[in-house]
Amino acid sequence: MNKWNLIIDIDKCHNCANCFIAAKDEYVGNEFSGYSAPQPLHGHAWIRIDEYERGTYPAVQTSFVPKMCNHCDDAPCKKVGGDAVQKRADGIVLIDPVKAKGREDIAKSCPYGAIFWNDELQIPQHWTFDAHLLDQGWKEPRCAQVCPTGAITALKTTDQDMETRAAAEDLRPINRNLQTKPRVYYKNLDSIEKCFIAGRVIHQKNNVSECFENADITLKNKEGEVVSSTQSDVYGDFRFDGLDPESGEYEIIIDAKSSGVKSVKTVLGESLHLGTISLD
Amino acid sequence: MRLAIVLAGVSFALNATARLYPSFKARLREKKFVAQISTRDSAKGRYFKFGDDRVVSKAGTHPKPDMEITFRTAELGFKLLTPPFNHGDFVNAMKNFNMEMSGPDDITLFFTNTISLMQTIRWKSGTKMPNGETRFVNNTNGGPLFVYVKDGKIVRMTPLDLDESDASSWEVKAQGKTFSPERKTTISPHGLASKSLVYSSKRLMYPMKRVDFDPNGERNPQNRGISGYERISWDEALDIVSGEIKRMKREHGHGAILCSHSSHHTWGNIGYYLSSMHRFMNAIGHTKMALNPDSWEGWYWGAMHHYGYSMRNGAAETYTRLEDCFEHCEMMVFWASDPETTSGSYAAFEATRRRMWAKELGIKMVHIDPYNNHTANFLGGKWIPVIPGTSPALAHAIAYVWMTEGLYDMDYVRDRTTGFAAFEAYILGTEDGVPKSPEWQAEETGVDAATVRALAREWGSKRTYLSAGGKGTTFGGANRSSTGTQWARAMVCLMAMQGLGKPGINFGNLQYCTPVDLNFYFPAYAEGGFSGDLEGTASAVQNYQRMPHLPSVNTVGQKIPRLRIPEALMDGETHGYPTNPKSIEGQFARFGYPAPGHSKVHMMYKYGGSHFGTTMESNRLAKAYRSPGLEFVVNQSIWNEGEAPFADVILPACTNFERDDIGEWAAAGGYSHHNQGQLNHRVIAMQHKCIEPLGESKSDFQIFLDLAKKLGLSAYFAEGKTELEWCQMQFLSSDLPKKISWSEFLKKGYYVVPHANEQQVPETSYKWYAEGKKKNVPEPHPLPAEYGESYLEGLQTQSGKIEFEASSLKRFDDPGRPPVNKYIPSWEGRQTTDLYTKYPLQLISPHPRYSFHTKADGKDSYLCDIEEHRVLVDGHYYWTARINRQDAEMRGIKKHHLIKLYNDRGAVVCAAIITDRIMPGVIHSYESSAEYKPIGIPGESVDIGGCVNVLTSKRHQTEKTSASAPNACLIQVEKWDFSSEIGSVAQENAS
Ligand code: SF4
Ligand code: SF4
Repeated sequence: MNKWNLIIDIDKCHNCANCFIAAKDEYVGNEFSGYSAPQPLHGHAWIRIDEYERGTYPAVQTSFVPKMCNHCDDAPCKKVGGDAVQKRADGIVLIDPVKAKGREDIAKSCPYGAIFWNDELQIPQHWTFDAHLLDQGWKEPRCAQVCPTGAITALKTTDQDMETRAAAEDLRPINRNLQTKPRVYYKNLDSIEKCFIAGRVIHQKNNVSECFENADITLKNKEGEVVSSTQSDVYGDFRFDGLDPESGEYEIIIDAKSSGVKSVKTVLGESLHLGTISLD
Repeated sequence: MRLAIVLAGVSFALNATARLYPSFKARLREKKFVAQISTRDSAKGRYFKFGDDRVVSKAGTHPKPDMEITFRTAELGFKLLTPPFNHGDFVNAMKNFNMEMSGPDDITLFFTNTISLMQTIRWKSGTKMPNGETRFVNNTNGGPLFVYVKDGKIVRMTPLDLDESDASSWEVKAQGKTFSPERKTTISPHGLASKSLVYSSKRLMYPMKRVDFDPNGERNPQNRGISGYERISWDEALDIVSGEIKRMKREHGHGAILCSHSSHHTWGNIGYYLSSMHRFMNAIGHTKMALNPDSWEGWYWGAMHHYGYSMRNGAAETYTRLEDCFEHCEMMVFWASDPETTSGSYAAFEATRRRMWAKELGIKMVHIDPYNNHTANFLGGKWIPVIPGTSPALAHAIAYVWMTEGLYDMDYVRDRTTGFAAFEAYILGTEDGVPKSPEWQAEETGVDAATVRALAREWGSKRTYLSAGGKGTTFGGANRSSTGTQWARAMVCLMAMQGLGKPGINFGNLQYCTPVDLNFYFPAYAEGGFSGDLEGTASAVQNYQRMPHLPSVNTVGQKIPRLRIPEALMDGETHGYPTNPKSIEGQFARFGYPAPGHSKVHMMYKYGGSHFGTTMESNRLAKAYRSPGLEFVVNQSIWNEGEAPFADVILPACTNFERDDIGEWAAAGGYSHHNQGQLNHRVIAMQHKCIEPLGESKSDFQIFLDLAKKLGLSAYFAEGKTELEWCQMQFLSSDLPKKISWSEFLKKGYYVVPHANEQQVPETSYKWYAEGKKKNVPEPHPLPAEYGESYLEGLQTQSGKIEFEASSLKRFDDPGRPPVNKYIPSWEGRQTTDLYTKYPLQLISPHPRYSFHTKADGKDSYLCDIEEHRVLVDGHYYWTARINRQDAEMRGIKKHHLIKLYNDRGAVVCAAIITDRIMPGVIHSYESSAEYKPIGIPGESVDIGGCVNVLTSKRHQTEKTSASAPNACLIQVEKWDFSSEIGSVAQENAS
């Protein structure tokens, strides 16, 4: 049985907000009976985009993560909602706009904050994967269609195939600890879950300051083990990414060959820029 | 005899149509009158009695017809009335008085529209979907859309998925790979949010009059922007407006009516301001608002003097090819360039994938910008933050490294440029004793000398594309600063040193580069639709010869610089320098207001309400609106925002989704010739009327036509045609009929122009120039007289070469623009010590990311809920401003706190976004808020709408330009709270 999945590549999202707007355009003012009641004009973000800024000036990297109902296979909303929440054979979870009337408990049941309470209609609402369109033969949900970068891909396939693919491409759900078997997968989660240490190396040459290119730079943890190594670029910049937040002490050893060796220590909380390190 | 038969045929056809179409039958009943068509000598004729289910008609003439159409001869009448109709023959007959129409406008217009309705009533638009919806097509400033409609209501709008019936997509081979775009169109957020703009609670639904405005008594101009409105009928509104137009001419004379409008409009060639509005305004005569080239300032007033391109407002050629970039380019330097935000103006995200490919191919990226902008963040690479307004110093230091280290193309400089010695003398400091070294610039720019050397060496040794400004070939925040002319000039000089036009060395960022077919003709909006305005639009370039229609001329020679409208209204005099793209020197011709012997302005016909968001020191404008000499203001607008509530009478216009129009995606024409070179697929859209106009709103065309009726001008204005018929006229004037029939185009709603084959694609920009060949890129400029040697030989400059020392500036004395580009520090920046001590933060206000100018901002639109755009605090959606983390901590400012941005010019309250992406000491907040919400007296109180242009200076970049400089702006920022008295007023207003 082929089921719907969504794959979101965080590194490809540049926060154009089209997916967010498409989920407004489709649902605000529209009733799709059997699927969804109209979304209020303001306040609901059935697809929302969370922003994660890493680093400090001037080494800074912002990632954007579109989040929506995960259409969990083990959905807490379904457990709470009973027959007001339907899990379809194609994997899509639907909250029945009629049966769920007044059920604030359903709205509160989603650990991802993907259900919004419609005050006027007194119903819980979420992004339905555009099931009403897929059922009419649309090839993909609107968020995928409007995405200019290809950050969102909708995939209808077997669970087994999806699993293989997830393993091969390191696709993971947004919050692994929740164990709800989400059908929305993320690529490049490291871009928000991991940290970096950046820095810059300069030196004096012929009495002027120059960037130091190609210094061998090694990162060691507090046990003194080499975690990673890199080289400074033409601007003297270097960066170690993929480090765990709050992972404590590190030593950065800069081997600038004939220009000397320098070591800098830091404690990693969140991503940071060490500043400009002068070899002189 | 033949005419008699044709005339009998007309009455037969009218009644036959009535039998088929009940709506047509109803129309025949609508008006009781007798229309007569005859030869001028009345020898032959026929009259038609309207007012019943069927038209009764008789041969011969009527003793008292209500309207008459006469032909000079029976032959002419026969020819004109026999299908297929040729509008050119009608126009010629009218121009030579061989055909005349008389009678009251409401009857003649009703008659001619009824005649044409016999044909158009059969036309079918849109595609029926299996679920009962109809799929229409429309176009926006941010891309084309499918519009799904059910029961007269818009359900959704989506970008176009192309299918097998559409032309295939191009493929480009480079680096052993094949690149091809996705089979769909992209869309900008402001386009995708269109449904919320149509159904906006801010829509104007009926005509209104300010409660304390009495055209026959007290006008109370001092209450503009303060008093409320009452609903009036269309009839009353049109009477007041047409009455005031007549009164202005009668009482004040030539020039008393000013027309003021935005630089953009809802998409569509017929409804565009350059079309309907120009035609109407020319028909009544008006003082023109002289537009300064807002987005091009530094290029137009600066760069142009070194290499020409006056017809592009000083922008570079746009024909770089994808192959050139992918095969040869090794590095791309984005300088004041954020194409992921500005989208090449209209091209949505068409170029996004191409830049992603460039990244995958390993092309290095550098971003020079005070803000780690969206392109920089998305593509990565080296971010070099630069203090606003100091970029020219950085550029000079790069040139210094190239000169001292021999890192430039000496052959090119020798053969293809002039004046290098003078430039070198300045850069090396032999002229003034100050070498423009990396160390020299460090203090100014905040970029350390080592970084400048590293960048200069990379650039000097790698084949590099310079993406100057968002388009890559122009624009950029740095060109909208006090040093904007210097920066744009420096960009040309740097490229001249590197061999502009050699493989992999060019202006660009892959925004323009696709092999779409640029030889396929469809009129661009700058061609003026049906305005016939040969002077004020690009109509003369092509469309005037292709689409028969009457010309229109504004007889009033008086003009006011857009940014000096407040002075003109308040002080009664001002002056400016023109945007005249014909030549390099056109911009030197200073003009004054009032023009000799002309009336000052006493009435403003205002189209839309965007100027608070886009005019520097915008509180001036609020004050000007309240001037006693301004006797009447009418505002024709879709939404009740900005300047609309400063009018005496408001006319409600509808959106482009509620009227018929036609237009090609991104086809701007004029200054942006071949702007479609950005697209992956050229899409020409029939912009269907998807729903009926909401409330009592009407299309701009219809409003002008209704006013024209009151002035006896309706036949001249519309030439008997409806908007839909003008769409067909545009269709017929293009290359479309060779490819698709009108009925198919009208039904399907769009046509994808097949891409060009290899031989049809122009050579890469400037290749001709680098190789010393004749100009071979397909832009029809410079104009013939602008060449110094033979036609098509060399550039537009006096020498025909890139001039480091500009000949044109040698003959014009502007202290801010010496012939050799020099670094002259900003008149408002970190160097202006006194002011900087008081206002220690620099405000930059680039074009916005989600909205397009004021389009889609405010209006209760979907964009309100995008946190980067606006933030909801205590019931009001506040405009956002970005502040560096350290600057915020210093002031106790946290995320989404309300902050007051202020200086001596005013104060604006924004919601804070704290980020390390903006350099310390700089505040980043977009310009073009649609909302202007002063919490007290307009022009004199704090604005909570978000018009940060309240804070920017009205001063021009240099003394003898009309160039705006919003990015030279010092401010202070502090937390804002509602505890003060003024604060509580704001809170009330907000809720
Ligand atoms: S994400 Fe929330 S709403 Fe969606 S299925 Fe899972 S628990 Fe239910
Ligand atoms: S549409 Fe794509 S790029 Fe845009 S915000 Fe959504 S995921 Fe990101």
